[in-house]
Amino acid sequence: MSTGTNPENMQKVSALALFMATMRREFLLSFRRKSDLANPLIFFLMVATLFPLGVSPEPGFLAQLAPGVVWVAALLATLLSMDALFRSDYEDGSLEQLLLSPQPLFVVVLAKVSAHWCMTGLALTVMAPLLAVMLFLPADGMPGLMLSLLLGTPTLSLVGAIGAALTVGLKKGGVLISLLVLPLYIPVLIFGSSAVQAAVTGLPLGGYLALLGALLALALALAPLAVAAALRISISS
Amino acid sequence: MADKKWLPRWFFQLASPRWCYQITGRLLPWFLLATLILLAGGTVWSLLFAPADYQQGNSFRIIYLHVPSAILAQSAYMLMAVAGAIGLIWKMKVADMVLKSAAPIGASMAVLALATGAIWGKPTWGSWWVWDARLTSMLILLFLYLGVMALNSAIENESTAAQASAVLALVGVVNIPIIKYSVEWWNTLHQPATFKLTEKPAMPPEMWLPLLVMVIGFYCFFAVSLMQRLRNEIIWRERRASWVRELLNKQ
Repeated sequence: MSTGTNPENMQKVSALALFMATMRREFLLSFRRKSDLANPLIFFLMVATLFPLGVSPEPGFLAQLAPGVVWVAALLATLLSMDALFRSDYEDGSLEQLLLSPQPLFVVVLAKVSAHWCMTGLALTVMAPLLAVMLFLPADGMPGLMLSLLLGTPTLSLVGAIGAALTVGLKKGGVLISLLVLPLYIPVLIFGSSAVQAAVTGLPLGGYLALLGALLALALALAPLAVAAALRISISS
Repeated sequence: MADKKWLPRWFFQLASPRWCYQITGRLLPWFLLATLILLAGGTVWSLLFAPADYQQGNSFRIIYLHVPSAILAQSAYMLMAVAGAIGLIWKMKVADMVLKSAAPIGASMAVLALATGAIWGKPTWGSWWVWDARLTSMLILLFLYLGVMALNSAIENESTAAQASAVLALVGVVNIPIIKYSVEWWNTLHQPATFKLTEKPAMPPEMWLPLLVMVIGFYCFFAVSLMQRLRNEIIWRERRASWVRELLNKQ
């Protein structure tokens, strides 16, 4: 891209190269502000700590709650990190440049969301066993928890990006994003925590994972379109 | 427009706020009359003359409010999404206004459906609220409405607000079936839908005929309140147009 003074040259960037370049930029930007990376994870841990304090520290009871609590905590942590997805790009004007560039916005959006997922959803998934142990989730449930989070959190990031794109032009988008996006998260939450429940009780969880995968496929195909449209609308004002 | 013959002319005429204001003004009295007749007649018929249920007694009569409001809450969302799509595709201002006007009506219908459901649930199921699939999906529908309304009021620029809420409404429409089925697999206690297009209703005709009257009455009521809100919205947004000034000066 450094020699891209000629518009002819610029248009020849392949979708994959564009994807990788955007990913690289996102990673660079976020690793320069490491505290932003850690915040959703700390939040995740804190929410899980609140439940034993608020409900009951009794292991048997917590083990029953654990699948739902870990999933709800992961969902809220993803939601919390969503507002920052386009915010800084919007504020420093680079979002406008992205929209003006001749590259397909679909790919750019997909790359941004993928990078965001690697730094939140994937990290949450890796951290989930810690929470599961804290909440006395039976060891049988662990693979179900990891797999369902691995399949479910990308959908959360993709759907959340729609909310982030719609509210990026607003000064106080944070609460509004939750209001817009939380109802849309419900199917993922239902199938995700059901998968964990099934794993705990020894039932087959293939069906739930297949449903989570189907939701992910749908979100992968449609959400970037909605995000791109929403970004164009938000920028136009 | 020569290559767009597949769309009737009135469709494009509706895009003109002025024309839309005039046509709704002409339609409004008729719909108002129909609403009054159907709702009054339906209420009297359903509350006084329809037979009582052999199990639930008279408490079942609340379905004459519950079912129409639930149906309407869903239809209003569909209308909102269709208006949103039209607004996004053809950039019609009137479609934007329809979206904005339909949201509060749909939300209040969802509240009415939830409230009547709770009142009916207390004597029948023994509790005001159960986490049943259809109740939950109605609650989620209400949340979707509230989201659209919140987004619409948060964005100051009117056309941006309308476009953003249109995108949200369309995303919601894609999600509604997913939410519905996911919640249904999750938990079900509620009886299946009263009216299905493919089957005959399970109730005797003395019971479902007044219900049908009420449903149509509710649709007419929806049309009336939508047109009222739409006309207000048109007047407000076109307040700088000369025809609105003339109209206001005449009064």
